[in-house]
Amino acid sequence: MSSYKEMPIAKALNAGIQKAMQDDPKVLMFGEDVAELGGVFRVTEGLHKEFGQDRVFNSPIAESGIIGTAIGLAMRGYRPVTEIQFDGFVFPAFNQITTQLAKLTYRSEGFLKMPVVIRIPYGGAIGAVEHHSESPEAYFAHTAGLRIVSPSNPNDAYWMIQQAIKSDDPVIVFEPKRRYWQKGPVNLDTPPMPLHNARLMREGSQVTLLAYGPMVTTALQAAEIGADEGISIEVIDLRSLSPIDYPTILASVMKTGRAIVAHEAPTNVSLSSEIAARIAEHAFYHLEAPVIRVGGFDTPYPPAKLEETYLPDADRILEAVDRVLAY
Amino acid sequence: MAPFFQVRAKLGPVIPDNSIPMLQLLSPDGTYGVPKEYAKYGEIIDSISEDTLLAMYRDMARIRRFDIEAIALQRQGQLGLWVPAIGQEGAQIGSGYGVGPNDHIFPSYREHGVALTHGVELMSILKMMRGVNHGGWNPEETRFHLYAIVLASQVLHAVGYAMGVKFDGKVGTGNLEEDLAVISYFGDGATAEGDISESLLFAAVNKAPIVFFIQNNQWAISSRVDTQTTVPLYTRGEGFGVPGLRIDGNDVLANYAATKYHMDQAREGAGPVLLEALTYRIGAHTTSDDPSKYRDEEEVEYWKARDPIQRFETFLRRQGINDDFFDEVKIAGDALAADIREQTFALGIPPLENIFNHVYSEEHPEIDRQKAWLKAYEEKMGSHE
Ligand SMILES: Cc1ncc(C[n+]2csc(CCOP(=O)(O)OP(=O)(O)O)c2C)c(N)n1
Repeated sequence: MSSYKEMPIAKALNAGIQKAMQDDPKVLMFGEDVAELGGVFRVTEGLHKEFGQDRVFNSPIAESGIIGTAIGLAMRGYRPVTEIQFDGFVFPAFNQITTQLAKLTYRSEGFLKMPVVIRIPYGGAIGAVEHHSESPEAYFAHTAGLRIVSPSNPNDAYWMIQQAIKSDDPVIVFEPKRRYWQKGPVNLDTPPMPLHNARLMREGSQVTLLAYGPMVTTALQAAEIGADEGISIEVIDLRSLSPIDYPTILASVMKTGRAIVAHEAPTNVSLSSEIAARIAEHAFYHLEAPVIRVGGFDTPYPPAKLEETYLPDADRILEAVDRVLAY
Repeated sequence: MAPFFQVRAKLGPVIPDNSIPMLQLLSPDGTYGVPKEYAKYGEIIDSISEDTLLAMYRDMARIRRFDIEAIALQRQGQLGLWVPAIGQEGAQIGSGYGVGPNDHIFPSYREHGVALTHGVELMSILKMMRGVNHGGWNPEETRFHLYAIVLASQVLHAVGYAMGVKFDGKVGTGNLEEDLAVISYFGDGATAEGDISESLLFAAVNKAPIVFFIQNNQWAISSRVDTQTTVPLYTRGEGFGVPGLRIDGNDVLANYAATKYHMDQAREGAGPVLLEALTYRIGAHTTSDDPSKYRDEEEVEYWKARDPIQRFETFLRRQGINDDFFDEVKIAGDALAADIREQTFALGIPPLENIFNHVYSEEHPEIDRQKAWLKAYEEKMGSHE
């Protein structure tokens, strides 16, 4: 029998990192304000106290430095877990992530492993000032050599962070910051599935709705409203953005004949662009309608007073559902 | 090398090592004096008028009152966030007064006091913190550039601007109507970013007319300043060829004198300089922060006893300024608070089309298409407002 514990996503991530640090003395946690404060979202709360300054420490405020030194630590046999304080502040580290972290295994023909985890709280709807609400996942998904995941619920958060830390490849964990305080049961004994599998969240027959991270909750809301209106929506939580679990997606789309991909990021050259193309390529004869992408507009993230309009909500998803059903 | 902090309880230290040379003209008890080695700064104070001194005080008190009101407005849900500058008025008003009328200022996000000295509408700052826009004032008109939230990003822009000024031949011509210099503000935390090292280097090799102004308020959110450096920050530029000076950041006169002196020098072609104003963030990092998680109240008390406004008031009273003036300042502060409160309540939600406006300077078909789509969608759904 497994034991379950109810906790929010932030706490589940915390417990997952704690477990990984207890299991492996080579796991380190560092970034800006992660020590005594426990990070601005308290995801690392208590870890500094439990594991001490040598394993959990505040870095200087230098994101390129955080990732660059994590690479060196990984070369030295450590398994660094790093935190980038907010989505909009990852870019000073972009060079280290894309030209170094992603490529060192390739360049060394496998002699170097890069077990580096980059945790990034991402996404909007928290009423923040500029650069605190962005969804930059596509920049990284475009780069070969990086694995990218985004949990949507506490159980996945608890297990995916541990699976990410165990991976010998670099893994970016995009954490849905607006859902940090959303609670759910965590199975403390058994991982639900491999890190890169997608999960069927809700069965349906007419439309496949694909979402990840913060949008999974929104997608489930849309499916619920749809059901009231007599529309049967199947919801899949992608969980992994690189690689993407296409077998699960394609099986669903071949069943429903319609697909919608929803995320907060702008749709231009996004995860949904790629997924739509793949569906068209591999399930063309099963499609009743074109794949529709629902996302942020192709603008910078707007000021907080406009984010409610900018971000897709259940209504925007249902509008797309109406459109695919109209074919 | 001797540690430059005296280590204390809990997380330690934020009481600076007093053996490091520091420009101070007003001691914490409000006594004015000019140490011999700082005579050139004293001369600047000698030529300051009483009216200017009183205006400085007025602005310090004004911005403190503004800050307190903004915190209250945030607590009442009127602002998304507030970033208090309480305790840093000496550094901000002092240096703001030292910047010349043609000079350009590149701030970070806490420089409300500097903004006040350069005619930026305080409501512009509140609008941004409310989430109405991302800035929206005209930097060419105010010469106070947009707030920068990505740490250190603005400092390279400041250096580039200063390089442009130099390429335009507006440095060292002796024509004070035309010559100008640039100043950029950033915090102790931001100094760790690579952009700061690159800024110092570009400024040095180009001999750009720029003053780098660090407000070392001892904390970067929960990270003590010794997370970012093992040497005093005023020495940070030396390896790049940028000389530095430490200032008592809570001494408004020292901040004024040092900024004025070095901006004048930069305008005359002397090249870049780095000033470190040693001050303290009395309040939280922002209204989202809880400093009790990482620092002692005792430390805050140490700095409250060195409050820049109180210190200046003591000095002015000794100069014969009496209650009439201070009462008038208080009344004006309350009036300002009432005014911004009223104006903030009147700020509604901006038009939805603002999402699309000014993404580009020129036409863009995709923006037009999405703007039209949203309009039709909103009409179909019934407006959210
Ligand atoms: C590139 C970047 N990384 C991280 C942050 C998040 N952040 C905002 S303020 C801050 C601390 C800055 O401290 P300091 O430069 O000392 O300025 P202060 O806030 O004390 O005025 C941090 C880490 C950011 N804004 N930009």
